Amino acid sequence: MANQDLLSDQGLRLDGRRAHELRRIRCKLGVFSQPDGSAYLEQGNTKVLAAVYGPHQAPGKKSNHSEVIVNCQYSMAVFSTGERKNRPRGDRKSQEMTIHLQQTLRAAIKTELYPRSQIDVFIEVLQADGGNYCASVNAATLALIDAGICLKEYVCACTASLANGNVPLMDVSHLEEVSGGATLSVASLPSSNKIAFMEMSQRFHLDHLPKVLDHALQGCQQIMSILDKAVREHLALVGSASDWGNIAK
Amino acid sequence: MLTERVFMRKTKRGNILKIVREHYLRDDIICGSAICKHCPVSMQNDDDIVLVANPSAESSLFKFPIYLVPDTNVILDQIDIFEEDAICNMIILSTVQEEVKHRSSAVYKKFRDIVGRSPRHCYVFVNEHHKDTYVERKPGETANDRNDRAIRTATKWYDEHLQQSQLNIPKAKRIRVVLLTNDAKNREIAQNEGILAISVDEYVKSLTEHPLLQDKLKHKTYEVESSKNALFPPHLSPAEIHEGIKSGALLQGSFMASRENYLEGSVNVEGIEKFVLIQGRESLNRAVDGDVVAIRLLPEDQWSAPSEIILQDEENDPGDVLEEETEILAVKAEVEKTPTGVIVGIIRRKWRQYCGILQINQVSGSTRHIFVPAERKIPKVRIETRQAEHLKMQRIVVAIDNWPRHSRYPNGHFVRALGPLGDKDTENEVLLLEHDVPHSKWSEEVLSCLPKLPWIITNEDYERRKDLRDIFICSVDPPGCTDIDDALHCRELPNGRLEVGVHIADVSHFIRPGTALDKEASLRATTVYLVDKRIDMVPELLSSNLCSLLGGVERFAFSCVWEMDHNANILETRYHKSVIKSKSAMTYEQAQLIIDDPTQNHEIAKSLRHLNRLAKILKKKRIENGALILASPEIRFQVDSETHDPIEVEAKKMRETNSMVEEFMLLANVSVAEHIEREFPECAMLRRHPNPPQTNFEPLIKAGENQGFEIKTDCGKNLALSLDAAIKEDNPYFNTMLRILATRCMMQAVYFISGTVQNEEYFHYGLAAPIYTHFTSPIRRYADIIVHRLLAASIGADSTYAELLDKHRNSELCNNLNYRNRMAQYAGRASVALNTHLFFRGKTQEEEGYVLFVRKNALQILVPKFGLEGTIYLNIPKDNSRHKPGAPVFVFNKDEHTQQCGNIIFHSFDPVVVRLSLDSTNVQREKLVFELVKPYIEGFSVEPMELSVDDNDDQKASDKVSESTPKRPIGNADENKPKKKKNKKTKK
Repeated sequence: MANQDLLSDQGLRLDGRRAHELRRIRCKLGVFSQPDGSAYLEQGNTKVLAAVYGPHQAPGKKSNHSEVIVNCQYSMAVFSTGERKNRPRGDRKSQEMTIHLQQTLRAAIKTELYPRSQIDVFIEVLQADGGNYCASVNAATLALIDAGICLKEYVCACTASLANGNVPLMDVSHLEEVSGGATLSVASLPSSNKIAFMEMSQRFHLDHLPKVLDHALQGCQQIMSILDKAVREHLALVGSASDWGNIAK
Repeated sequence: MLTERVFMRKTKRGNILKIVREHYLRDDIICGSAICKHCPVSMQNDDDIVLVANPSAESSLFKFPIYLVPDTNVILDQIDIFEEDAICNMIILSTVQEEVKHRSSAVYKKFRDIVGRSPRHCYVFVNEHHKDTYVERKPGETANDRNDRAIRTATKWYDEHLQQSQLNIPKAKRIRVVLLTNDAKNREIAQNEGILAISVDEYVKSLTEHPLLQDKLKHKTYEVESSKNALFPPHLSPAEIHEGIKSGALLQGSFMASRENYLEGSVNVEGIEKFVLIQGRESLNRAVDGDVVAIRLLPEDQWSAPSEIILQDEENDPGDVLEEETEILAVKAEVEKTPTGVIVGIIRRKWRQYCGILQINQVSGSTRHIFVPAERKIPKVRIETRQAEHLKMQRIVVAIDNWPRHSRYPNGHFVRALGPLGDKDTENEVLLLEHDVPHSKWSEEVLSCLPKLPWIITNEDYERRKDLRDIFICSVDPPGCTDIDDALHCRELPNGRLEVGVHIADVSHFIRPGTALDKEASLRATTVYLVDKRIDMVPELLSSNLCSLLGGVERFAFSCVWEMDHNANILETRYHKSVIKSKSAMTYEQAQLIIDDPTQNHEIAKSLRHLNRLAKILKKKRIENGALILASPEIRFQVDSETHDPIEVEAKKMRETNSMVEEFMLLANVSVAEHIEREFPECAMLRRHPNPPQTNFEPLIKAGENQGFEIKTDCGKNLALSLDAAIKEDNPYFNTMLRILATRCMMQAVYFISGTVQNEEYFHYGLAAPIYTHFTSPIRRYADIIVHRLLAASIGADSTYAELLDKHRNSELCNNLNYRNRMAQYAGRASVALNTHLFFRGKTQEEEGYVLFVRKNALQILVPKFGLEGTIYLNIPKDNSRHKPGAPVFVFNKDEHTQQCGNIIFHSFDPVVVRLSLDSTNVQREKLVFELVKPYIEGFSVEPMELSVDDNDDQKASDKVSESTPKRPIGNADENKPKKKKNKKTKK
């Protein structure tokens, strides 16, 4: 199996990272002006756009008088993968992803603050190279912050997998996802050390779970600090006229 | 921490797909040299600094110390050179490593092993991810050119990098970096760029302290082969082959040379039921046994049948000519023809290193010699060596380099010498090497996994295990057995039932998963039994002491206990880990005596009698189900305790007790197989024995027909019945011989993982069992250890671990186990053959034998006493020069498969008397000679012993040259026959 080659004897992965290193993350807040909040995030070659509308009044039927309704829509651009593929909105895979995202975001949003309202989160994957879910969560967090919606804390997601049967890998790329074994995706609230969501692509032995989970959580932790930096920079930039830069520091 | 520069790589595959991948370049990759002062210190780890500060300057070409940077082709071509410790302080670039891996996984494996050895000081430098040495492919540049450039860039960087750390050293003494490449163009470019570059030949020749290294240089000619004087048709190019296979014009398969006729072979093509026959030197077209080849099928009217003659390449190097082959190609129109083809190209060479001997060139002083491999399927090899005088009495190892069109034999080079000819240890070494049996000493790491002595059983152990120390358990084994892995008991229960227990050594208690010991054992896979030597799978402390269920001591066991009624119906089955104390370790003979002696009425005697009675019932049931009883001639040597030379040969005796132990082992295996398959339907390790295809039975059916018996082979049961019916009053050995033939029709039984095969295919043909596994010999088989672990996990006695439940990993493990098992079997047979040789040294004996096959030019004779098979050649060699007038002429009858000479007719299965002696005229190649004694044919048979004739004269005088390297019959269904081995019991 190609499994054996994910990590070389020198401890480098196929793309030159070490086992515990993330891909490069670049992000930008407030990329659109129409939505209330938006963000663009690159995690290696995985590129995601997120837009947030709301909170606005929920339509009568769905309305919940105790908390906000989080409405997500996840979709992948036809050009996002190597082979061009028409992906109708609402195919099974996106539907599942949508539900997962909804669940994760609800855990982070202070839902009780917005009764009878609704928040729409639209996510579009522009380029897919592994860890789509994670990049989507991270981008959504930034977009929610940009929209000024109250969050309990950052919600970050990261994947982890196993190389050569026993070495945990952090933040796996598409290549590693395909040739490797099971991939664990975790969304966590890193400051309070809570797990909001966890998913595995295949079975693996229980013995491996602690170390793989540990790696994924570490990844979330690192992603949080990157996002936090980006948010602060964005604030400094947006509010430079009124000297927000100093406040944000 | 890392320089994040993203580079894109575009790859195309299939219907042109653009793949974009990230490529991170790093600044934390160190150079690995002890003199370096510039690499980031924080990243340095003492283990990573492998290049020494003062590499010795052995090369006469360089007056300063050097580090070597080999390129890809150098490693691929000259891997044998790198095996030598003289070559050290190398920098291996990751570009090179990747390319080697891509081009040849065999070389890569070897090379990785070499790089890992610490005294070699080889450092792998990941130049592809280093920020200063990464090279992007230029537009229009081929991948090869880019890699060459990457190698040069890295070499240059290294050189400059090291210079910076050596500023205070005089220039002439500074360490330099030298590129090792055989590509002249690359060398030239490198030199223009200011890089030191040299070819391997030059470098090796400049190593004045290691002159013999030159022999190992592979001679690679890059000349274009001229079609002039070509003996062989050219091979098609890979593209043509690919095209041909795609369009169906060509077929692909693995080539198997014939053992009996060096100008014949067959190709196993997927999708064609029969083997495709390849005949004649030109059709074989330089394929060597094992190669994956492309063939073109001949039109049906040119199909042929395997020739009935036995042919060996006997000549001394006759030069590059092809002899007449009419004899072989003479097609027998009447005989059933098989698909025939010609080899048009080689897809993959499966050349390995071969053991054999040197045949010295008659021209003295010449450095070119012929190497004769021990394996008869392999052609002779031309090699060049300066140490011929020294090597001619040695067993040597040689690798094949290439086989040009104009050469009769392939060219190769010397790899290493094993030891003097005829020396017992050397011969054993050859045997082990040829069969790829790992037999190195146990490493420190492995030994450290062993329990500390004195080993004591703690109270904790007693608590966790069932205490069976009071039960009358005993073991029954062959005499001299030290690795006892099973013991039995049987007692009457108060409720009238019988309790039968099979207790197996609890090896998995000592061999924990993931340890070095476990890894080594899984690699070795099985204990190999040679006549005078045992190559253990686990260290002796375990195999002969702590695991072995010796009499009178407390040992851990894994028990399988049944409650049965008196008709051997299983009513209840229990498995548990236990502590037992075997009351007595008996031999088969002792056990038999106790059973037969009515005066003995102690617990053990009662237990044995119950077991014996139940075993008979079990056997009867099994045979009614259609289990086969097969035969293969089994012998054992009595070996001199001092010299380890064989002194007497005896056929193995079968006693009731053998079969008693065997029955219960089978029963335990089946019970365990059912249990683990139920518990782990996806990943249980089982053993199956596939139904042989009907074509396999053809020789058997034909042989039966010739004797007037119908052998039904449509199912196992009918085969068993028809074999039972085929009895000849006047030839008591006839039935056994038929069974020997039947054994050869069988497929090999294999291990597999339950989730990988359809349920119906779990069937074990030989045993007629729907499911089967190996549980009863964990000391000598690794499969049993896995089964023990699975069973232990299923009863909660042990926990599972990731690898145990990994289907793919286990499948790979099965492949290794199957391979090693097969090799171990072959090695065992080869060892018996070797000892037969030794036994006949200086001896001549007359023995009764039987005609096994009648061939066109020979009789194949089986001598049951030695389990030996040999050939008596009948008709005259092709050139009639040696033909003595008046010699008898044999007439071959194709329809009835008989040979007639005067009024004497030889049929298959006819009894004969043959004389066996060892032809030692050629010290290098001793041969066992078979000569006919009875029936007596004037001018052909030898006189009975009293009138002893000088063997050698005899040979020249008449044409009855008959020789054979004795061959052990190839039995396949190993479950059914007792394993032949010294110090070992008969059971599965």
